[in-house]
Amino acid sequence: MDLTLLTRLNQLRSNRQAAILVTNMSDGSQRLVEKVTDLIGDPLKEDLEKRFLSGKSGHVETQAGSFFLTVSVPSPRLVLIGAVHITQALVPMAQIAGFDVTVIDPRTAFATEDRFPGTLLKAEWPQEVLEETPLDAYTALAAVTHDPKIDDYPLQQALREGCFYVGALGSRKTHGKRRDRFLEAGFSDEEFRRIDAPIGLDIGASSPAEIAVAVLGSVIQALRKPEAR
Amino acid sequence: MTETTPLSPQDVLHTAESWAQAGRAVAVATVIETWGSAPRPVGSHLVIDSEGNFEGSVSGGCVEGAVVAEAVDVIETGRPTTLEFGVADETAWQVGLSCGGRIRVYVEPVTIAPQS
Repeated sequence: MDLTLLTRLNQLRSNRQAAILVTNMSDGSQRLVEKVTDLIGDPLKEDLEKRFLSGKSGHVETQAGSFFLTVSVPSPRLVLIGAVHITQALVPMAQIAGFDVTVIDPRTAFATEDRFPGTLLKAEWPQEVLEETPLDAYTALAAVTHDPKIDDYPLQQALREGCFYVGALGSRKTHGKRRDRFLEAGFSDEEFRRIDAPIGLDIGASSPAEIAVAVLGSVIQALRKPEAR
Repeated sequence: MTETTPLSPQDVLHTAESWAQAGRAVAVATVIETWGSAPRPVGSHLVIDSEGNFEGSVSGGCVEGAVVAEAVDVIETGRPTTLEFGVADETAWQVGLSCGGRIRVYVEPVTIAPQS
C-alpha cells in the first residue's frame, strides 16, 4: 500500500467520507475509489456501488481479474445530550468502541474543554446544533441531562429522523411525564416506546462509569442486534 | 456533519500511517476471506513494523504471532503475500484457529513512492 494512498484514505475516513481501496490480487496494484467519484466506465462499477451501500469489505471475481475491496464507510455516530458525569465516562469508552462522538450541552459550566478534552463539544442548544448537522439513521442519541428543556427536542428529533438508538436517562416517573409530553406533541405510543428507558442494559449499573457501560452496551446492541429490542 | 473527527489513536490504519511517517518500515495485514466461525470479519487489519511491533487484530489472538513473523519478511522483500490459517493448516503453520474457522490474510508492505 502506497503511503500517499493510505494518507488519503485516512483523510477521507476522518472527514466521514466513504471510500473503497481496490487491490488487484494478481499483481498487488491498488487504487482508491472515493464515494464522490463518477463510477461510469469503472469495470467494477456494480460491485463498488453495492459495497458502498453494504459497507462490507470483500472479494470480487470479474473478467478483469480478482480484486479485494477494502470498504470504508463512516463509523456510527453517538450524539450525547448533556455534558454530565456519565458523559465524561461514556465519551472515551464510545470512542474506543469506534463511535464518532458529539457532546451537546447549552450549559457552559458543564460543556468545558477541561471536562471533555479532545471531544467534539457543542456548548449550544440542541436545536441549533441539530439544524446545522442533522441526525440520521447511522446516529445514536442519548439524552442524559434530566432537563426536559434540553432533552425533549433532540429526543423527538431522533425519533423523527430514525436514529438507530434513542435513549433517555430518568426514573420511571420522569419517563412517564415525558410520555405525556411526547403524546401531546403528536407521537404515537409505539414511536415513544423506541426510547430506551430506563437507559442502558439492565446490569445493575450504579456509578456514572457503570451507567456509561450499560448505555454503550445498549447502543451496540441496537447497532449489531436490532432485533433484540 | 462536516467537521473532521480525528481518528482514534487505536485506529489501525491511522497507526500504519503515523508509523510510516515516522520512518518505520511497516506492513498491513488484512483479513480477505473467512469461512466458518472466524473471530474477526473480512476487512479487519493488523499493522506490523520491522521490529515485530503490532497493533490491531486479524483473529482473536490465535494467529497474530505467525502473521507478524510473515509480515517482517514482507517488509524485507517488499512483496505482498497471502496467508491461510485454519484447522486444516495447523501442521503447516504450527498455529491455527481453535474456533474451527478458516481465514485468509493478505499482507502487504506500506511503500513510499520516490520523490519526483
